[in-house]
Amino acid sequence: MNALRKYLDKIKPNFEEGGKLHAFRSVFDGFETFLFVPNTTSKCGVNVHDAIDSKRIMSFVVIALIPALLFGMYNIGYQNALAAGKLAETGFWEMFGYGFLAVLPKILVSYIVGLGIEFIVAQWKNEEIHEGYLVTGMLVPLIVPVGCPLWVIAIACAFAVIFAKEIFGGTGMNIFNVALITRAFLFFAYPTVMSGDTCWVATESICGLGYNLPDAFTMATPLGEAATGAAITTSMWDQFVGLIPGSIGETSVIAIGIGAIILLWTGVASWKTMISVFVGGAVMGLIFSNFGPEGNAVAAMPWYQHIILGGFCFGAVFMATDPVTSARTETGKYYYGFLIGAMAVIIRVLNPGYPEGMMLAILLMNVFAPLIDYIVVQNNIDKRAKRAIKK
Amino acid sequence: MGKLFSKENREVFSSPINLNNPVAVQVLGICSALAVTSQLMPAIVMGLSVTVITAFSNLIISLIRNTIPNRIRIIVQLVVVAALVTIVSMILKAFAYDVSVQLSVYVGLIITNCILMGRLEAFAMMNGPWESFLDGIGNGLGYAMVLVIVGAVREFLGNGSLLGFQIIPDGFYEMGYMNNGMMTMPAMALILLGCFIWAQRAINDPDKKKK
Repeated sequence: MNALRKYLDKIKPNFEEGGKLHAFRSVFDGFETFLFVPNTTSKCGVNVHDAIDSKRIMSFVVIALIPALLFGMYNIGYQNALAAGKLAETGFWEMFGYGFLAVLPKILVSYIVGLGIEFIVAQWKNEEIHEGYLVTGMLVPLIVPVGCPLWVIAIACAFAVIFAKEIFGGTGMNIFNVALITRAFLFFAYPTVMSGDTCWVATESICGLGYNLPDAFTMATPLGEAATGAAITTSMWDQFVGLIPGSIGETSVIAIGIGAIILLWTGVASWKTMISVFVGGAVMGLIFSNFGPEGNAVAAMPWYQHIILGGFCFGAVFMATDPVTSARTETGKYYYGFLIGAMAVIIRVLNPGYPEGMMLAILLMNVFAPLIDYIVVQNNIDKRAKRAIKK
Repeated sequence: MGKLFSKENREVFSSPINLNNPVAVQVLGICSALAVTSQLMPAIVMGLSVTVITAFSNLIISLIRNTIPNRIRIIVQLVVVAALVTIVSMILKAFAYDVSVQLSVYVGLIITNCILMGRLEAFAMMNGPWESFLDGIGNGLGYAMVLVIVGAVREFLGNGSLLGFQIIPDGFYEMGYMNNGMMTMPAMALILLGCFIWAQRAINDPDKKKK
């Protein structure tokens, strides 16, 4: 650790004003503050600082994402072997290695494109590099299907970073969750690689691992099956553990649960938002399964299945709790979360074109988060004003 | 002849194309610019129709501007515009039926285009016929230019073609290239228009000019 610190101090003068590598100042600054907590303090005014700064908070979220990422890698290999009918003869490490090789390029592309744009903008505007992309870059590969080509991910990342973040003023200023904008862009621009029944299972072997599947191989997600009225083919236990086709990181409730515990234990995410998303989904699921439209397979699903399937858990734990785009008042978080859960189930049930409603529900509520905050604050002002007048 | 193309008249004609572009600077006529630009052909036809209608309505209103009672001037302007829109719509139906089907109600809705009423009120009511005519053509072409640029980008990226001819070779599609479905949606047209305005203002930076 000391050696690294010394090395950074040694090369630092190169990046300062007049140094020969001044053009990469923002890059150096970004790495230095990522590796070491900066020891500078503000020079004017009285400031209250949290014990950890935002780069450390982001690192916690990335750590919380790792269980879902690792399980997603395993699941890719598992689905591939299952589809090839060779589950019994494929070892655990073979499946995991296959999934690792399938996911790694996606992670690299997402980080290179997104961070590249961040670095360029920071250098151009002569600012520090924002740390927001640390989490976004990890979220993006987790919320796309394994069949999504790399160049498509690159375009979507560039679009989201520029149009959802930089033009609003960078990290902390965005109205919408950047990772979800990436997904929404992919979803509307390239629907064939984001939905339907051909993109959820990897069909080509990589470096000798995995199996080649026929081109016409199709496999829908459980929600996709339900939306077309077909029976769901996977067992409830598989759905809970996550051995079902789906976006890379969203399938396993257990892995996401571990992430949720890390986030709540470190206090990074709000339990109020998280709980109320689940309550909202459960209540709406109950309403639909009891009083829902007849003959609608998605409406007939029991409420707990709505929560287990698709991106519901992932969205609730990692997306809805995003501190920038969610409601900021404590009471507002309950309304915000509840409406996300309810809206996600409503979209799933009532719109057969969108088997998964979580993405659209969160983006929709991102828009309303400031309004919720406004109402909560105004309510409080009114209440206190009344109390003052009565006396 | 020299008077017809004097410096002021050239200014009247050219300023709306760039410096005072009705779409990019005044942000008028956005609705139709989003609706008809999913392909290049309808965008061109729409741009030309608006140019013709703006030019002639400006001319006619300018000719009769001194006889219009002030209190009913809007109604008079509307009648003139409506008549011209009907003529253009009939011509399109007769000679370019496919495009007129694609444009559907938007030809008829030219009557509500803010650029038209804006030019009539702001320019034709107080200037001579020749200047008004030039102003109409300039504004129409400024509008058409934005439409054509946005339409070309959207058709190229959304359908891989221009004017209906496929531009991107089949080999690209076999290698895994896909058309961007987002480009065919009006939402993306708004973003493209935003980019166009951004670029246009960056080039004619008003702050830089003042210094």
